[in-house]
Amino acid sequence: MVDGFLVPLLKIVIVLNATLVGVTYMVLLERKVIAWAQSRLGPMRVGPYGILQPVADAVKLMIKEDITPVRADKWVFTAAPIIAMVPALIVYAVIPFGPEVSLFGRQVTLYITDINVGLLYIVSVASVGVYGIILAGYASNSKFPLLASLRASAQLISYEVAVTLTLVSVILVAGSLSMVSIVRAQESMGVWFAFIQPIAFVLFFIGGLAETNRAPFDLPEAEQELTGGFHTEYSGMRFALFFLAEYANMIVVSSVATTLFLGGYLAPFPNVDALNFLDIVPGWIWFLLKTFLFLYVFLWVRATLPRYRYDQLMRLGWKVLIPVAIANVIVTGIVKVLL
Amino acid sequence: MGEAIAFYVISALILGFAVLVVSTRSTVHAVLFLVLNFLAVAALYVLLTAQFLAVIQVLVYAGGIVVLYLFVVMLVNLKRPPEDHSAPQRRGWLGFALSGVVLAQLAAILVWGGVGAATDSSAAQSSDLALNNVERIGMLLYADYLIPFEVASMLLLVAMVGAIILAKREL
Repeated sequence: MVDGFLVPLLKIVIVLNATLVGVTYMVLLERKVIAWAQSRLGPMRVGPYGILQPVADAVKLMIKEDITPVRADKWVFTAAPIIAMVPALIVYAVIPFGPEVSLFGRQVTLYITDINVGLLYIVSVASVGVYGIILAGYASNSKFPLLASLRASAQLISYEVAVTLTLVSVILVAGSLSMVSIVRAQESMGVWFAFIQPIAFVLFFIGGLAETNRAPFDLPEAEQELTGGFHTEYSGMRFALFFLAEYANMIVVSSVATTLFLGGYLAPFPNVDALNFLDIVPGWIWFLLKTFLFLYVFLWVRATLPRYRYDQLMRLGWKVLIPVAIANVIVTGIVKVLL
Repeated sequence: MGEAIAFYVISALILGFAVLVVSTRSTVHAVLFLVLNFLAVAALYVLLTAQFLAVIQVLVYAGGIVVLYLFVVMLVNLKRPPEDHSAPQRRGWLGFALSGVVLAQLAAILVWGGVGAATDSSAAQSSDLALNNVERIGMLLYADYLIPFEVASMLLLVAMVGAIILAKREL
C-alpha cells in the first residue's frame, strides 16, 4: 500500500510543487539576468533584491479580470491554456532526478516512474503541447493570435523532426529508450554523451530553443509584428497558464538535455578517480546544477541574440538542422556497427 | 477485474468520441474529438502492454497528423458556421449498405475468428513483452519482416515525392 500508492503520490506532489515554484522563480531570474545584461537592476522593490516578486506577480495574475472575447469559441478558448500546461507538467513523470537513496529506512528512487519508452513518451507528450498554442490562436477569433498560432504550429512541427532525429543518435549510443538506462549507460561508459555526441548536443539545444518558442526563435509571440502573439486575447490566470507552460517547457528541455547529454545525476567526469571526492554531493544536487546551467543559457541567449526572420527560421530548420541530424544518425550507426 | 473495467471505460470513450467526430457541426471541434479519440486508443494500447505502439500513436497521430488537419481546417474553414449539407438522404442507402457489410465482417471475425483461450506460454510471452516491448518490435520489424517494412517505407517515400511535385509545379 505504502510503496505502491503513497510513495508515488508523494513524489508527484513534490515534483509538481517544485516545478511550479521553480517556474515562478525562473520568471524573476529572467528579469534579473536580462536587467544585468542591459546594466539595470531589475525588480528591487518587493522583498530584498526583489526576491518576493513572483509572489506579488502570482497574486496580481489571480485577481485580474478574466475576459473571454464575445466572438470567441468559448470551450476551446478555456481548454487551450490547460492543454498547453498539462503536457509541460506530466513530462516530469519519467525524468530521473537522482539515484536510489535510502530515506527514513526505505529505498526510494528519485524518479516517479521508469518506463521502457521514456524518451519517446517525452517526445509524444511534447508534441501534444502544440495544440494549446494552435487552439489559443484559433479560439480567440482574432487576426494576430491566428497568424501567431499558424507560425507556431509550422515552427514546432519543423523543429520536432530535427530534435527527434538528434534523440535517435543518443538512443543508438545508449541502446535504450528508458531515461534511467540512458543515465546508467553514461555511468558504465564513464563519459557524458555530450562528448560522444557533440553535434547532437548542439542540435538538441537549438531545437529546444525553437520548441519552447524562446528567443531567438520566439516568432509566435513577436511583439512588434503580432502584438502579443497567440495569447493576445488572454488575461488573468489563463494568460498566466500560458506563461507558466512556456517556463515549465524550458525546464523540461533543460532537464532532458541534462539527462541525455550531461550524465543526469552523475557527478562530473565519473571516470577520473581524482574527482571522486565530488561524490559527497548528492546526485539530485548535480542534476539541479546542470539543469540550472541550461536554464541560464536560455536567458543568456535571449539577452544576446536578435530574433530570426520567419524564412530564416524555416531555412535553418529544414536545410541545416535536419540534414545535419540525419547525417549524424547515419555516422553514429556506422561507427556503432564498426566498433 | 480492474483491467476489464478499464477496458470497458476506455472503449466507451473511444466510441463516444468517434460518434462526436462525425456528429459535431464545427469542423475544428470534430478534429479535436478525433485527437481525444486517438488518445483513448493509445490508452487501450497501454492496457494491452503495447507501450511502444501507444507512444507512437500519440506521437504520429495525435501530435503529428491531426496538427496538419487542424492547420488545413483552420485555414479553409475560417468563416463559420458550416452550411447545411445538401440532401444527405441521397446516398444514404449506400452508406447503410457499406456499414452493414463492415458490421457483418466484424461479426464474422467475432464468431469464427480464432479467439483461442490464453495459454500459459502466451502469458509468459506477454510479461516478456511488457519488459522488452521496443526490442521485440525492433527485432520483428528489422529481422523477421524486413522486406515488407522496406517496401512500406519505399511506398511512403514515393508518396512524399509525389505530394511535393503536386504541390510545387515548378521546382
